[in-house]
Amino acid sequence: MTALPATLEPAEPGLSAAGCAHCGAPVAPGAGRFCCTGCEGAHALIAGLGLEAFYRRRETASGELRPADAPPAIRFATHARPERGGEEHSLDLMVSGLTCGACVWLLEQALAAEPDVLRARAGLSTRRLSITWRGPAERADALAALVARLGFHVVPWSPACLRAAEDAEGQALLRALGIAAFGSMNVMLVSVAVWVGTDMGEGTRSLMHWLAALIALPTVLVAGMPFYRSAWSAIRAGRVNMDFAISLGVLATTAMSLSETLRNGPYTWFDGATALLAVLLAGRVLDRGARRRVRQVCAELLALQSGEVALLTSTGETRTVPVESIHPGDRLLIAAGERLRLDGVLESGEALLDTSASTGESLPRRFAADAPLPAGAVNMGSAFVLRVTAAAKDGSLAAMARLLEQAEQARGRYVSIADRAARLYVPVVHTVAAATFLGWWLGVGVSWQEALVPAVAALIITCPCALAIAVPAVQVVAVGSLFRRGVLVTSPTALERLAACDHAVLDKTGTLTMGRPELLPDPSRPPEALAAAAALAANSRHPLARALARACPVPAAPGVEEIPGQGLRHGAARLGSAAFCGVEAPEESLILWFREGPDAAPVAFRFADRLRPDAAEAVAALHRLGLSTELLSGDGAPAVAEAAQATGIGSWQARVTPEDKAERIRALCAEGKRPLMLGDGINDAAALSLAHASASPAGATDLAQSAADLVLQAEGLSALPAAVATARRAQQAARQNIGFSLAYNVVAVPAAMLGLATPLIAALVMASSSIIVILNALRVSREARP
Amino acid sequence: MTALTLLVPLALGFGLLALLGFVWTLRSGQYEDLDGAASRILFDDLPRKEPRR
Repeated sequence: MTALPATLEPAEPGLSAAGCAHCGAPVAPGAGRFCCTGCEGAHALIAGLGLEAFYRRRETASGELRPADAPPAIRFATHARPERGGEEHSLDLMVSGLTCGACVWLLEQALAAEPDVLRARAGLSTRRLSITWRGPAERADALAALVARLGFHVVPWSPACLRAAEDAEGQALLRALGIAAFGSMNVMLVSVAVWVGTDMGEGTRSLMHWLAALIALPTVLVAGMPFYRSAWSAIRAGRVNMDFAISLGVLATTAMSLSETLRNGPYTWFDGATALLAVLLAGRVLDRGARRRVRQVCAELLALQSGEVALLTSTGETRTVPVESIHPGDRLLIAAGERLRLDGVLESGEALLDTSASTGESLPRRFAADAPLPAGAVNMGSAFVLRVTAAAKDGSLAAMARLLEQAEQARGRYVSIADRAARLYVPVVHTVAAATFLGWWLGVGVSWQEALVPAVAALIITCPCALAIAVPAVQVVAVGSLFRRGVLVTSPTALERLAACDHAVLDKTGTLTMGRPELLPDPSRPPEALAAAAALAANSRHPLARALARACPVPAAPGVEEIPGQGLRHGAARLGSAAFCGVEAPEESLILWFREGPDAAPVAFRFADRLRPDAAEAVAALHRLGLSTELLSGDGAPAVAEAAQATGIGSWQARVTPEDKAERIRALCAEGKRPLMLGDGINDAAALSLAHASASPAGATDLAQSAADLVLQAEGLSALPAAVATARRAQQAARQNIGFSLAYNVVAVPAAMLGLATPLIAALVMASSSIIVILNALRVSREARP
Repeated sequence: MTALTLLVPLALGFGLLALLGFVWTLRSGQYEDLDGAASRILFDDLPRKEPRR
């Protein structure tokens, strides 16, 4: 960074004049360069370190890097690992928002500038940040807070993240690919010599055959392992799969080539066997790479939700501990805006909870003391004390997770199109090969070694190659294309099932709607009151205050006092409940009152859970794709009817329990329909896992996300019809590919059976058919672009 | 034939060397963050504020 300019340009390129200088979010005109004090602090921190180059290079979405209002309430020190006998410590963090190379650079440089940090390395694809420092474990909190102040959300690196990132099977595939590529290229070197060396002496040819065998035998044995293993497990389960056909083809070709080497025949076929392995392994590696990216993002989304809770000790202090360590009877402090992770009862007073995730109701509900509180609800009122009744592993959320696992296993029995093709193809091809062998051996009367050549040639030329990559190639392209549009495909058969869906069942709260309160526009409200109220609201973590601050991003007013459960006070100005502001009005749950002073007129800010802006458009797009739609919601009839009408959904049902939803999906399946379920809540999870295919929108609960086949990462629903369209195109391309590989065989097999095929012809056939299949798969991504 | 006895093992040896190199890059985790590696080269490192002790 020697070329770093000494002064910072006033307006960074790529940002509009009204964008926050740190996170790029829109700033109200005249409110300064920053949208909040957090961003101002982050900018000062970065400028102080001399790292402003970050702003010229970063590619993050605007608003993404806005630092959280409060430092993370996680004790990172407990996650630090001692190294070198406690002299040094290291910590692994999962960093959300790490989306571009500039972010990686900023993080590493900012941490390296700390005098005691020895190493800091961030991985862009894993989102993993590893820090090693000299000194006590307690530094972990300060270092994590530094990362948080830059605008990144950090959580400790969880075992789930690790499982997603560490990919032993992928490594084994990559190693096998390396070996197969080495083997096939070197065998080809020798084979080409035999093909062109028509004047080659018998002795030289024998040497060439043995040389090829020397390279090919270990290659086939080692690099083919992934296929042999999969084929073996399929046979033990009493099925044949594509890997069985591949294994048999490769092993038979190797055996036949060995026999040809022994009797010094004109050609060996080692090149075909090794090249087949290399091409197929390349396909597998790409497929796995695409899935690994999806798995990592899913693990990241879940890690952000799995948090720690504030345990009240007997002395009245709070301690942050992991959810797993909580026992029944423990008392937890639930802060405003926090999600309940455990079942429990309200110890005293009153609580206002948003139960939309567990019941679908859009309006917050009041709970009295000793009332059982549903796990998954969000605290919309002031902080309260929860007495836990069930540990995390016995609670209602865990029970639901176990149900989902069972449903997942049932879905695992779905037979993909590739396996259906293999079931037809394998017996036919093997019969043909056996008939060829018998025909030449007994019919024509050549030696059995010679009869083996056309038989095995038929086996390898029927090209498990094209057929075996026909579907994976399409999958890789489709999953990658959807990933770039913010749709995570979590199940290998999801696209196939999605393509077949003919009926969409949608949830309302959190799916059609944003799932969080939004400020309703009110033309009669004086505009300056909004800015003044928002400056107060920016100090609070209360959900309504945050919605107000979101609607009007202004810097937080200093010296604001928060009275829990009532409101915010700043001098004479008050923002809060009607009673707190001295307004004669009935208590409503989704309203905030604001008064500049005791004599000023009160201003009301009303909030509602609004429809996503593109909900109606997405429903219309689903209709155009031929899917009928229906709305199932746990909310009351008027709200559901209104949402159905606004989005153009014909049939709707209100006050639906989670069991009803699951039952409705079952009934639809029994009618012969293939329902696509879209939902976000804990109450949708069962229905999601029963549906033919399922999706959950951005911000869904972790249970819904793990139950769904697709996770829509982007805000909005328009990605869903796009995903259906892509899935259909992918399915069509997969069918074309399979049809094409079968058509190829109609020409190639008779030639092989008549003994006309040479290894050269087989190589050309395999290469050309594979290329055609791959090119056809690439069309899926090209057409997906608008 | 004498040329072959020299050239063939030589070619195979080079190939094998490359294969070993690949296995080494795989073992040392160089394929774990391909996106990061691609963008990392675009940025310069800051000189450290104080030399490493």
